[in-house]
Amino acid sequence: MTWTKLDKFCLVAAIAALLALIFPLAGVDGDTGKQVAFVGDIPGLAVAMALCVIAGSAFTWLGVGSVTAGMVILAIAVFGCWQAISVLYDYGVAGYAGPGFWLFIASLWAFVWRGIDVIANFHSLDRTKQHLANFVVPVAFGVWLLFVWEVVVSGFGVPQVLLPPPSMIGERFVNSTDILAADFHQTFVKAVLSGYVMGCGSAFIVAIAVDRVPFLKRGLLPLGNMVSALPIIGVAPIMVMWFGFDWQSKAAVIVIMTFFPMLVNTVTGLNAAGKLEKDLMATYASGYWSTLFRLRLPAAMPFVFNALKINSTLALIGAIVAEFFGTPIVGMGFRISTEVGRMNIDMVWAEIALAALAGTAFYGAVAYIERKATSWHPSFRVRRH
Amino acid sequence: MTLKQVVNNVAEMPASKKAVVDIKKLSLTFQTADGPVYALSDVDLTIEEGDFVSFIGPSGCGKTTLLRVIADLEQATGGEISINGVTPHEAREKRAYGYVFQAPALLPWRSIERNVTLPLEIMEISKEERVKRAQEALKLVELNGFEKKFPWQLSGGMQQRASIARALSFDADLLLMDEPFGALDEIVRDHLNEQLLKLWARTNKTVAFVTHSIPEAVYLSSKIVVMSPRPGRIIDVIETDFPKDRTLDIRETPEFLEIAHRVREGLRAGHSNDE
Ligand SMILES: Nc1ncnc2c1ncn2[C@@H]1O[C@H](COP(=O)(O)OP(=O)(O)OP(=O)(O)O)[C@@H](O)[C@H]1O
Ligand SMILES: [Mg+2]
Repeated sequence: MTWTKLDKFCLVAAIAALLALIFPLAGVDGDTGKQVAFVGDIPGLAVAMALCVIAGSAFTWLGVGSVTAGMVILAIAVFGCWQAISVLYDYGVAGYAGPGFWLFIASLWAFVWRGIDVIANFHSLDRTKQHLANFVVPVAFGVWLLFVWEVVVSGFGVPQVLLPPPSMIGERFVNSTDILAADFHQTFVKAVLSGYVMGCGSAFIVAIAVDRVPFLKRGLLPLGNMVSALPIIGVAPIMVMWFGFDWQSKAAVIVIMTFFPMLVNTVTGLNAAGKLEKDLMATYASGYWSTLFRLRLPAAMPFVFNALKINSTLALIGAIVAEFFGTPIVGMGFRISTEVGRMNIDMVWAEIALAALAGTAFYGAVAYIERKATSWHPSFRVRRH
Repeated sequence: MTLKQVVNNVAEMPASKKAVVDIKKLSLTFQTADGPVYALSDVDLTIEEGDFVSFIGPSGCGKTTLLRVIADLEQATGGEISINGVTPHEAREKRAYGYVFQAPALLPWRSIERNVTLPLEIMEISKEERVKRAQEALKLVELNGFEKKFPWQLSGGMQQRASIARALSFDADLLLMDEPFGALDEIVRDHLNEQLLKLWARTNKTVAFVTHSIPEAVYLSSKIVVMSPRPGRIIDVIETDFPKDRTLDIRETPEFLEIAHRVREGLRAGHSNDE
């Protein structure tokens, strides 16, 4: 076995874990002047570190070839993460973490990286297995990032006003579901959905009309591009003046924000059908509407969905920011701006988490419909006989 | 088998049958940024009902352009053209054309069957009838069993056959085929040539067929039109007299070789004119 064939991630993991056993686990308490914690006093952590050393050296030689090996590594990493968290909170290391602790985290990092890498490269003709692997990778990575966030914030004792640990945000999230639900209803269900449907729908219809008028088509596209580059969110105060404090003014902001991306994309898409296909329809003496529905709209769908996806993100941002300018006492944007003032940063983060979840779900839903509706498009199709 | 080989200036031919395509002194000049491109000049041609006319000539000589003028996809800049006694535009409105393009031009979001039924759908034919006709057309090009596949799941040759089935699915007065078999291998090509010939013999359709292959032109046609390089002109029209139920074997006969030779001579003469 040559040097290059060694599994370097596992090697790093083993060495880091070994050093973690040697270096001090935590710093010195300022008041008592004593070392906060020793590995020797914490059997769980000692076992985890030893496991990392053994597994790391074993896999350095064996290599992590199979998914099973990847799972073993990940299982060890999960055990290690659990022990690290417990050391932080049960043994009072939070705020005092020393080189030994961080070396252990580095070792876990190498393991997780290697494990996810193996699963990410998993290819199977069995579709359920493949779907499972495709699902596990982003989830495992996301969980790992949350863990790192938690450990770094607690380990260094970062003040909560600057950045609370995810566990605290989660706790706040779970304990304020009624407030969050009310905010979600106000901002997402009322403002975002109605604004999105009105903005995208009207732009789609206008695009079909514009397409029939050559001078509009020429003149409107540069204008549309210019308008979409403007920070339209600046009109929010004006919309509040026009449409009042409630969700209608937010929906108006969203309509303005989403209108031009949809218009520009749809007009472009309507011209995406090839010349040959248009000639084909012409030889059948296909009329305007027949060609529109049978050729040009289907060919425009990838462009339309592109705009729908862009707009799903824009709409949520628009609604939240627009609420900063005046709103009844409910809504995600309202909550963020008031709780920041009260230094309730964990509540702000809970709202941000809610916005992230809602935004991801919204985008995901649009992307899913796109996949179903334009499965013929080269970017989605899978050759299956 | 005896062969009467009649070579004629088409304009002087006695009009025995109904003329489907009648072209007089047709010319077409494309205005481009680099100056005018003379694609067609002084083309005289009559295609009669039931004719199988092949167009052969070097690349860029205007074969596609001529077919497009017939189908009203391109406007002539001089001369006259009538289809069944009316303008190409009116003929197109009456759905007289079944056009097979040089590329398959299948719509990727439609299954093969729904691609074939596309013209029938536009012509507002009932659903059962559409499916029935698609079945028949797909059978003719031996694509039955592929109805539910999508174009990208088929090979290039199969896609081209699907596009032929689409042109056959409705009863066009005039079948315009632009190098339909250009992308296929010899064996499949021979096979489809036989199928096409059978179809022509059975339905007595009028066909205008562009090809680069001399044997293909001679084998299929009742009339071969040899064209010269730019500006595209007709330099020879050769009528053949093979029986309609001919087989591939005729390619070995002296008559066949003689006509093939004549076509080759015509092409060669066109080339030397060019220099
Ligand atoms: N839209 C157009 N604008 C300008 N020039 C054109 C256009 N279409 C065709 N031409 C020119 O007209 C000439 C004839 O083109 P055409 O496509 O009819 O040739 P072709 O005989 O079908 O050739 P090939 O066998 O390669 O298909 C070519 O020189 C081409 O460059
Ligand atoms: Mg051509």
